[in-house]
Amino acid sequence: MNKFAVFAPLALFLGLSMILFLGLDKDPSILPSALVDKEFPEFDLMALDDEHRQITREELLGDVTLVNVWASWCYACSVEHNMLNKLSDRGVKIVGLNYKDQVEDAMLWLENLGDPFVYSVSDIRGRLGLDLGVYGAPETFLVDAQGIIRYRRVGVIDERVWRNEFRDLYAELLVEAQ
Amino acid sequence: MKRLLLVYTLLFFSIAFGLDDLVEFSDPLLRERYDQLTWELRCPKCQNQNLADSNSPISLDLKDEIHHLLERGLSNQEIKSHLTSRYSDFILYRPQVNKTTSILWGSPILILFIGGWLVFRLSRRSNELKQENLKSEMDKQRLKNLLDSGTIE
Repeated sequence: MNKFAVFAPLALFLGLSMILFLGLDKDPSILPSALVDKEFPEFDLMALDDEHRQITREELLGDVTLVNVWASWCYACSVEHNMLNKLSDRGVKIVGLNYKDQVEDAMLWLENLGDPFVYSVSDIRGRLGLDLGVYGAPETFLVDAQGIIRYRRVGVIDERVWRNEFRDLYAELLVEAQ
Repeated sequence: MKRLLLVYTLLFFSIAFGLDDLVEFSDPLLRERYDQLTWELRCPKCQNQNLADSNSPISLDLKDEIHHLLERGLSNQEIKSHLTSRYSDFILYRPQVNKTTSILWGSPILILFIGGWLVFRLSRRSNELKQENLKSEMDKQRLKNLLDSGTIE
């Protein structure tokens, strides 16, 4: 009993500090993802560069795709953009989701910074963004050939993030798709 | 006094403005539920604010969505699961009871039990001590009696 009484507070203290210490590493602004391994939501939106072209979920099927949520008002997106250009040069299929933006601003942005997207859909009211649980751009979804979301990244993609979080899974999905 | 009156008037004026939300409902009951839901749900972007308090674009969108869903006749539970399937349990200020939240909900009860057990143990021990004291009191008395009488058997 006596030994217990002496060591219990110490053990409690150590246990608690360990839990709190591990908690320091976590970024509280990153939400747990509710959509990984779920189907990419249905949508019916117009193409950014052609208001007569309707794009639906069907167009994502058949290829492994990165869906990148971007907007011209989003500063972090301009930081990320060069990386997207590089990925597109390497043959990665990237679809843009232009999120709550003005069409003219978005087109100007692509003109100035280059267009890494196969096409961009224009989500002016943020409907698809809401279905995807988007809460800040940029966000990137890795979607497999069956239209299932396999990975989600909130925040900028750079070389390091691509290498650590995307590359292997992307390669795996490519093999899976064949 | 006049100044104080003015201050009070201004205070209540601002509250009246605060209540005057721009959202309109077909049924006053829906407004009540809307207020409750936006009070209970958390803004995904701004961490420690509920939707009702937040003016961030994403909160406005979510409030708009809740408004639509209410008008479409969904229950509170349905609306919550609609939103958590997109934004995860993060947005619930009152987490649901399930496997992952069992520690969260169970720990107060657990701590209560541990506390109760400790109190029980300690009180029993102090009782035992009292008994021992009593015994030694009696021994002392007997010793004193013996010494006083001067005879040792």
